[in-house]
Amino acid sequence: MTALINNADMVLQGFWLTLLLSVVAGLAAFVWGTVLAAFRVSPIGALRAFGTAYVNIVRNTPLTLLFLFFLVAAPQLLSLILPLQWNFFGVQTPIGFPMAFVAMTLYTATFVCEVVRSGVNSVGIGQGEAARSLGLTFFQTLTLVVLPQAMRTVVPPLLNVFVAHIKNTSVAAGFTYVEMVATANRLANTNPADVVAIFVGIAVLYLVMTIPLGAVAERLEKRVAIAR
Amino acid sequence: MSSPVNALHDTLGPRGKARNLLISTVSALAILALLGWVVYTAAGNDIFNDRWAVLVDPSVLGKNQSAGDVWYSLVVRGLIFGTLKAVAISVPIVAVFSLVVMVARLAPQKWFSWPARAFIEVFRGLPVLLVMLFTVLALDTDPIIAVVVGLVMYNSAVVAEILRAGVASLPKGQYEAGLSIGLTRFRTLMLIQLPQAIRIMLPALVSQIVVLLKDTSLGFIIAYAELLNITKNNYNYFGEETKVVFVAVAAVLYIGTNALVSTIARFIDERSRSRKLAQYADPDAPIDTGRVNREGMAIAAQAHTGHVDPDNRDDT
Repeated sequence: MTALINNADMVLQGFWLTLLLSVVAGLAAFVWGTVLAAFRVSPIGALRAFGTAYVNIVRNTPLTLLFLFFLVAAPQLLSLILPLQWNFFGVQTPIGFPMAFVAMTLYTATFVCEVVRSGVNSVGIGQGEAARSLGLTFFQTLTLVVLPQAMRTVVPPLLNVFVAHIKNTSVAAGFTYVEMVATANRLANTNPADVVAIFVGIAVLYLVMTIPLGAVAERLEKRVAIAR
Repeated sequence: MSSPVNALHDTLGPRGKARNLLISTVSALAILALLGWVVYTAAGNDIFNDRWAVLVDPSVLGKNQSAGDVWYSLVVRGLIFGTLKAVAISVPIVAVFSLVVMVARLAPQKWFSWPARAFIEVFRGLPVLLVMLFTVLALDTDPIIAVVVGLVMYNSAVVAEILRAGVASLPKGQYEAGLSIGLTRFRTLMLIQLPQAIRIMLPALVSQIVVLLKDTSLGFIIAYAELLNITKNNYNYFGEETKVVFVAVAAVLYIGTNALVSTIARFIDERSRSRKLAQYADPDAPIDTGRVNREGMAIAAQAHTGHVDPDNRDDT
């Protein structure tokens, strides 16, 4: 226990970095995933093909490999060297954030895309037909009529995707981003006698985030199910 | 394509068709431009030089290895005796554990069901990597054991929930019928409900294997010699230039393996679906509303465990 209490600042810093990556990459993945879903239901064949190919490739790639791609392959292949830190108007992001952000966003977006797409398919056909008969274009039908209704049914599964996303941020621990798992690893190496307590403490911090979100998702799901 | 998607856009007239063609062309060009940029940048970095020879004749790079050695290390040591070995060990253990957890979770006795519930909530909510790292550091095990422990804990919790959702989606009559022919509650579960639940949830169960397979790559971080670690050893040995080559090979091997498992999942799904359709097609067969309902509930149940998309794929 003492190792945890003595290093409370490190643990809190790790918690904050996990939260930061989860939220920022989560929001970016939500936007990019929704765009991908729009691609996949659009009448434009080229965009549909792009969306389908992207989702099938990235979803079947382990997240670790995606990190490894940006670490060792992207510099040679795309001349893309992600810096260790980004600088936003004088504010430095944590070390390792850029790579973690890019890899997590690209990865989670595929799951967001599939959830939003199945949400679009769950909206009654009559809604799309009614929108069209008012003379709305595909883009208007999608953004004004179908997507707002889809988002409603999509919230519970999206929360589940977000829970998985929070847990996946732990992969960044292997790539210089010192979030909670990396913190646990460091503390365990410097306090070998306290390993169990350290891991239990870190585990509790994860559960504080994931269990309530999962419970909210379950509740909302029941409400949405009844309303429909 | 299913009709809801088509409902989003009209069958177009001549002007709409022309506009659509224009947008299609522009976006196709944009995507081609993106690909072109990738190829151009790659070529600018001299990517298409003899570094790829490492896959066919590594002696070009002045290393004392044959192409057979390289492929043996990647496919046999990395993919088969690294990644797939961890999968092969984990899957049977998960099958047994998840069954035990599910049975306990459904038990009427609180002292029996609560530990199962706690197990599910805890291990569903923890990163697999944290469990693996704990096993390595606290229990001081071999990396392979840590990988298996991490995979087994998480996947048992998830599969137990999938099975439970499958049992819950069955009509109540199945359970009542079991009891009324004199089976105990446990035997009803094992002999009547579970076989049906497994069939309903088969696509979700198979796609959980893809999740498990992808998670073996976490072994990279705790130094288990799976495909990614072998990949790293290879490019460290053959030098800076071959990084792109080996990462590309690892990606192809992973995507290929996962696509294979996904295809099997889809095949099973379609087969069970066409069987249902065949039943409806029989004019004398009464329409079994229980079955329709069950299908809807199975989808809802998958969403519950995080399996939401149409092809029943979850991430994690």
